[in-house]
Amino acid sequence: MLIRIVLAAVFTVALNIFPVENQWVKLVLYLGVYVLIGYDILRKAGLGIINGRPSDENFLMTVATAGAFALAIWEKSGDYNEAIAVMLFYQIGEFFQNYAVGRSRKSISALMDIRPDYANVETGGALHWVDPNEVAVGSIIIVQPGEKVPLDGVVEAGNSTLNTSALTGESLPRDVAPGDEIISGCINLSGVLRVRTTKPFGESTVSKVLELVENSTSHKSQSEAFISRFARVYTPAVCFSALALAILPPLFALITGAEAGPAWRTWIYRALTFLVISCPCALVISIPLSFFAAIGGAGRKGVLIKGSNYLETLSKVRTFVFDKTGTLTKGVFEVTAVHHSPLDEARLIELAAIAECSSSHPISRSIQKAYGKPVDRTRVSDIEEIAGEGVKAVVDGIKVVAGNEKLMRSIGVEPLPCHCTGTLVHIALDGEYAGHILITDVVKPTSRRAIDLLRKAGITRTVMLTGDSAKVAGHVAVELGVDRVCSGLLPADKVEKVEELMADETPGKLAFVGDGINDAPVLTRADIGIAMGAMGSDAAIEAADVVLMDDDPMGIVTALRISRKCLGIVWQNIIFALGIKAACLILGALGLAGMWAAIFADVGVMVLAVLNAMRCLRVSNK
Amino acid sequence: MKKTYNIEVDCANCALLMENATKQTAGVENAVVNFMTQKMTVEFSEGADEKAVMKSVLKACHKVEPDCEIEL
Repeated sequence: MLIRIVLAAVFTVALNIFPVENQWVKLVLYLGVYVLIGYDILRKAGLGIINGRPSDENFLMTVATAGAFALAIWEKSGDYNEAIAVMLFYQIGEFFQNYAVGRSRKSISALMDIRPDYANVETGGALHWVDPNEVAVGSIIIVQPGEKVPLDGVVEAGNSTLNTSALTGESLPRDVAPGDEIISGCINLSGVLRVRTTKPFGESTVSKVLELVENSTSHKSQSEAFISRFARVYTPAVCFSALALAILPPLFALITGAEAGPAWRTWIYRALTFLVISCPCALVISIPLSFFAAIGGAGRKGVLIKGSNYLETLSKVRTFVFDKTGTLTKGVFEVTAVHHSPLDEARLIELAAIAECSSSHPISRSIQKAYGKPVDRTRVSDIEEIAGEGVKAVVDGIKVVAGNEKLMRSIGVEPLPCHCTGTLVHIALDGEYAGHILITDVVKPTSRRAIDLLRKAGITRTVMLTGDSAKVAGHVAVELGVDRVCSGLLPADKVEKVEELMADETPGKLAFVGDGINDAPVLTRADIGIAMGAMGSDAAIEAADVVLMDDDPMGIVTALRISRKCLGIVWQNIIFALGIKAACLILGALGLAGMWAAIFADVGVMVLAVLNAMRCLRVSNK
Repeated sequence: MKKTYNIEVDCANCALLMENATKQTAGVENAVVNFMTQKMTVEFSEGADEKAVMKSVLKACHKVEPDCEIEL
């Protein structure tokens, strides 16, 4: 293709420098160059007519250039340059377009190049390279340093650090030890890992993610659909106006008796210019490319967007509704304070942890976590668990009672209230009140900043939904700065609440952000469902429209930014391309713009639009 | 039954035409052509012979876009 372009250009220049005197020889030479540069276009145009689909761009180019040729022959001007130049530039444009699209496609695919090629399966002490598709669930695979984890699984032996950035965009490596779940697509950085697989390849995270990204452009957005509809109407419309332009004004002149002769030529020339401008390539190419680039760029940041249509909706969101636990807060209870204790804080936690050693309640687990050491079970005896109230036990010969206010009162101890919000575990030692341990669900460190940034980005409403009591919810809401709180909600109430919020007058779409595990109905009901911390959670990937791989709320801001930028670029391209084309069409009709301007309007605009579309790939980190 | 094929097509518009042509082929329940990933996912109707169907799909596609290619 490149060779053809260069050859044709060289011949054309040569023919102009060394003019051939004989009319016919000259015509044949020029025709030769014309066929050299445009034969495939001519062929396709011919096939198009045969197959009953005559109005594509090949047909337009053929008519325009053949028309220009015919005019030159008819007028015996011998100026065939224009026809060849148009064809030449059109081919250069096509060449560049293919190159640009191919390149961008490659760079986007490279972003998502997380597909593992093989798995090391251990059989009889030796390692074998096996296609990950063929590894059965429950097999032992070995992941060596530098290799991709091919399948989801649980670490059996070995310690290492994993680079999860291909999946989450998070650059901090994650430490793994035996018993930890690991996810396919991560890169093993340091040690050798023995992994027992838990899922077949088709269901492992890496396959899900790839499938999602690859299918994402199949969900077409409104602007894409608009453009393809538009192109269908636009091309025939321009063809007919060109025809009208060629026939009507001279005919009018003929009827009114004004001078006719040379006017035919002028109007036909203008009509041909019209045809050159008419090709809608710039739009048809650049718009899906923008969306695809944005989805690819977002993927690299750990934000999976399931389709262009969701990208479009996301950019129109004005209301964000958050689930509290697990989304804005860590969803893990932590001991945050010890109050009114006559003993050392660490000692009180130690006693409580040992007393509650046999309980698996999240609260007692958080106390054990705060204690931080394995519990020596020989120090505890006479454990009595009172469901929903607490625990009585004897630790180191001290009678320990740990539980809520009700339990305290039942043993005749008056608990002290707390000015903080959270869950309280009161402790009584040998029948004496010994203070309480405050346990709260900790707010994620970036939640506040994410909400501030969302507000700065023009989000008019932020709402937090939670099943917690009003007191706890209110406290968190103030800390995070959300506009509204709805507390004490059951999962079903959340759907109702979201519907209520969607029904009221606030303009714009509504996005719901949840952890994706128990919020599936709400995620589907909202205009846009965003699931967080989806590493390894199939339910979340199914239900949500946008999936954040890690559970950092800042990902919401990133997703919103990407969507806005992408839609901005799409509209820039639509307005820019249509604007330039409309201007050239008017100038062409008035005879102020020739074929040269026309070919710029077609090829130049397309090139600029493609370059603009590629900006979607870059996602700022700020 | 769904199957995915690698395709070669030059422009987004042509990809759309291919998609429409494929959808209208007998034995095809639904089809999606993804221009960016150069892939075509065809959902066959119940009991259709996929090889024969794909042959007519290829023919239909060549009609709308002579330069396209489907890796069968």
